[in-house]
Amino acid sequence: MKNIIFAGVGGQGVILASKILMEVAMNAGYDVKESEVHGMAQRGGSVDCHVRYGEKVYSPLIEKGTADYVIAFELLEAMRKLEYLNGSSMLIVNNEKIDPAPVQTGLEKYPDDIESWMKASIGRHLFVDTEAALKEAGTRRALNIVMLGVLSNYLEFTVDQWTAAIRSMVKEKFIDMNLLAFKLGRELAAAH
Amino acid sequence: MQKKVLLGNEAVARGAYEAGCTVAAAYPGTPSTEIIESIARDYPEIKAQWSPNEKVALEVVAGASVAGARSMAAMKHVGLNVAADPLFTFSYTGVNGGMVIINADDPGAWSSQNEQDNRHYARAAKVPMIEPTSPAEAREFTKRAFALSEQFDRPVIVRITTRISHSQGVVELGERENVPLKDFERNPQKYVMIPAHARPRHKFIEEQMLRLKEYSENSDFNTIEWKSRKRGIITNGVAYQYVKEVCPDDSVLKIGFAWPLPDRIIREFAEGVEELYVVEELDPFIEDYVRAMGYAPKGKELIPMLGELTPEIVDMALNKKKPLSAIPTYTSKIPARPPALCKGCPHGFVFGVLKKLNLVVNGDIGCYTLAVLPPYSAMHSQGCMGASIGMHLGFEKARGDEMARNSVAVIGDSTFIHSGITPLIDLVYNKGTGTVIILDNRVTAMTGHQDNPGTGKTLTGEDTHELDLELLCRAVGVKRVRKVDPKNVEEFESVVREETAAPEPSVIISTRKCILRK
Ligand code: SF4
Repeated sequence: MKNIIFAGVGGQGVILASKILMEVAMNAGYDVKESEVHGMAQRGGSVDCHVRYGEKVYSPLIEKGTADYVIAFELLEAMRKLEYLNGSSMLIVNNEKIDPAPVQTGLEKYPDDIESWMKASIGRHLFVDTEAALKEAGTRRALNIVMLGVLSNYLEFTVDQWTAAIRSMVKEKFIDMNLLAFKLGRELAAAH
Repeated sequence: MQKKVLLGNEAVARGAYEAGCTVAAAYPGTPSTEIIESIARDYPEIKAQWSPNEKVALEVVAGASVAGARSMAAMKHVGLNVAADPLFTFSYTGVNGGMVIINADDPGAWSSQNEQDNRHYARAAKVPMIEPTSPAEAREFTKRAFALSEQFDRPVIVRITTRISHSQGVVELGERENVPLKDFERNPQKYVMIPAHARPRHKFIEEQMLRLKEYSENSDFNTIEWKSRKRGIITNGVAYQYVKEVCPDDSVLKIGFAWPLPDRIIREFAEGVEELYVVEELDPFIEDYVRAMGYAPKGKELIPMLGELTPEIVDMALNKKKPLSAIPTYTSKIPARPPALCKGCPHGFVFGVLKKLNLVVNGDIGCYTLAVLPPYSAMHSQGCMGASIGMHLGFEKARGDEMARNSVAVIGDSTFIHSGITPLIDLVYNKGTGTVIILDNRVTAMTGHQDNPGTGKTLTGEDTHELDLELLCRAVGVKRVRKVDPKNVEEFESVVREETAAPEPSVIISTRKCILRK
């Protein structure tokens, strides 16, 4: 059984990333379940998706302390998911900062030490800078696929399996861009 | 058999399609919205529509059923409050073509004003209710609900929750049954509920509920999974999945028939285990029933009545296990990321002015409810769809003219059409003098940008008559109706000043498109 959490901000494509992972896992013969957030969360709020796959999956939600991977598309969002980690989990973070509304309006401060704190406190972690990859892919909307590319280094599926799932899940005219984004993400992790 | 990953709501739509449903109606409401959207997108065989509210949706669907079609209405839990009136009487008339109501509860109130447990409706309205535990069962149960409805001449409620609606799972797809339209017979004894007809129908439905209890007791909607007899857990809905996850060695009774509950199976299970537990979200609905049968299960003393359950809550309650986290705690504050109005949202201009004028704002339900939070902090009452205008009149009745001069009601276009028209009639009829601002952003925004009678488009994107809000307000008797673009902030402010000052009813239609609307 694998437990994977995607966390980000509304509009970052968290749900599509989880859908593609589910497709890959189902086509590889696993049972899969996922749980996602709609509604109010779409107005720029936090968004997360839990994905689980294995022989037989019951709960669509991951139990705290049992995630294998947490993939955060934003630094603060990574902090919100730490309770799902245990000693052997891996945290993957896009080291971008997006100010939440209370910070934008000056009511609160974006804590500036969280990246170094996570690096010091969490055993297995990977912080990636996706700027260059996003530039090369030509759109910031490719972030979710870049992050899937990063994650793909740690999961058991082949590049062909990922490619097939991406092809079937994104709009025809965006396939090439997304496949490029996936490749860039995959290399990004390998570079670390 | 073909397998597909589907969202719970899409699985419900699939079930309706396979059952040969031909008419479906709904009003958007998280977490139920994607059901009818999936039907409109994927299954053109079904005539699907947005209705102005849930009551109308249910009535359209009841009409289709009496006329002989398999039909389905979908709504969120509070939507069933709006549709409760037709529900209780269509329970008496029963159905012709199978009639199914999808009800999506929202434990945790992720996007709702309350956490009501709608299992109580099944009991109160005397209709059967079934409850899937996964997207796969959502398809299967929805499909079976139509035949069940016809077999017992009852509307059938399928109850799902946010965690079923918005979770995805592998679903096995079946074929669509070709169900011919049933004959429509004129049968006023069954379909016209004057008292003389209602009384014998009441007797009939009580008898049907007894038959349904027998059905429930013998049906595979409820299943016992025997494991260790030391502990047995009765559970339902998504809670079943958490129980299976964290208590793999315990015996489980899965309740799929939420009402009527199956006495025989409950008894067999309760007597077959040493210790009996009930794990259910929200109210102790099953637990109270099991207690009334003479058993003493452990339930709400361990499992919270508030909020949504999670695997760790069940794990801690049943196994006394603390979640294992090896991560030290970060001690400084992590700022929250609450949802906020989009940058450039038309509502932002409106609430900027209302805040500046320091008015009392009776609010309503939509994106604009977010104006209760900083930076606007400009909403002072809000309850249910359409409440703003009635409450606004109530403020004036209680506190007089001065209150009316210093307050407004604020309501979105879709919410106004849903339930704002009758209170506006009341305001005029009972000589209120308050100001109502209709936030006409040309869309039902919060639930994901649906069309409504004011947009001139149907659910399937066809052109249709566009409701003229200004004409409507005038027809109701409001003489002062002003249309303003709130982005012209100065003009908007002076209009608000003028209209609140005027000692007669007025409506300001604040017209500007939602920026996310294409
Ligand atoms: S979706 Fe539209 S109405 Fe809602 S906050 Fe954004 S701009 Fe405003």
